[in-house]
Amino acid sequence: MNLTQNDYEKLVKQASPNSKILKNCLGAFLVGGAICTLGQGLITWYYSLGMDKTAAGALTSITLIALAILLTAFHVFDKIAKFAGAGTLVPITGFANSMASPAMEFKAEGFILGVGAKMFSIAGPVIVYGTVASMIYGVILLLLGGM
Amino acid sequence: MELMDFVKAFVVGGLICVVGQILIDKTSLTPARILTGYVVTGVILGAVGLYPMLVDFAGAGATVPLTGFGNSLAAGVREAVAKFGWLGVFTGGLSACAAGIAAAILFSLLAALFSGPKDK
Repeated sequence: MNLTQNDYEKLVKQASPNSKILKNCLGAFLVGGAICTLGQGLITWYYSLGMDKTAAGALTSITLIALAILLTAFHVFDKIAKFAGAGTLVPITGFANSMASPAMEFKAEGFILGVGAKMFSIAGPVIVYGTVASMIYGVILLLLGGM
Repeated sequence: MELMDFVKAFVVGGLICVVGQILIDKTSLTPARILTGYVVTGVILGAVGLYPMLVDFAGAGATVPLTGFGNSLAAGVREAVAKFGWLGVFTGGLSACAAGIAAAILFSLLAALFSGPKDK
């Protein structure tokens, strides 16, 4: 092919964002899938120990959250997240990291307005809008039940 | 039988994360907005009964992503409203997610106590 420098740059520009997105998506798929598979392993294990559905589910969440925050404390989570992107963000591990990371980051501002407040900079809106959405659902259920 | 459960968890969980990755790369949404969107989407899909079907199919592949958190909120409200009426609107959601939230609060506080910002 006969390409001028300009044409070539254009082609690279066209191709590279997409191949980058493809690579990011692959990372997200593999790591996100692995975290969910770990969750499946944990819940299966907790079932086999004789726990009921609620207990096994809750303990699985607690375990994944503990692992994510442990890795955050040792500054390993960020390294995995760099490769995984949404693969570590979207599972419950991302929620846990979003609390631990600013808590550690703003330690110097004290334990009240630093750690205690900054912990909720991302988790706060998640809890606020999640809770309110579920309450709207509850009101709808009440209205439907009352008719 | 059990092996298939793991495959389904991997594929469905992975795909839910790919959607998030596309949102990160193709839009200017911040992680906070994406996570909030996931939880609210989970509440809505849980409320209309679609998400519980996905949980039946994919297990942890559906419960571990943040949409599963939203689904738990919706399921908690549904059960609590059936049991306690209007009071359940207030108690159901957060009760169902209490373990995860409390764990994240405690462990984050411990992480801040025993670790800190990365040394430069």
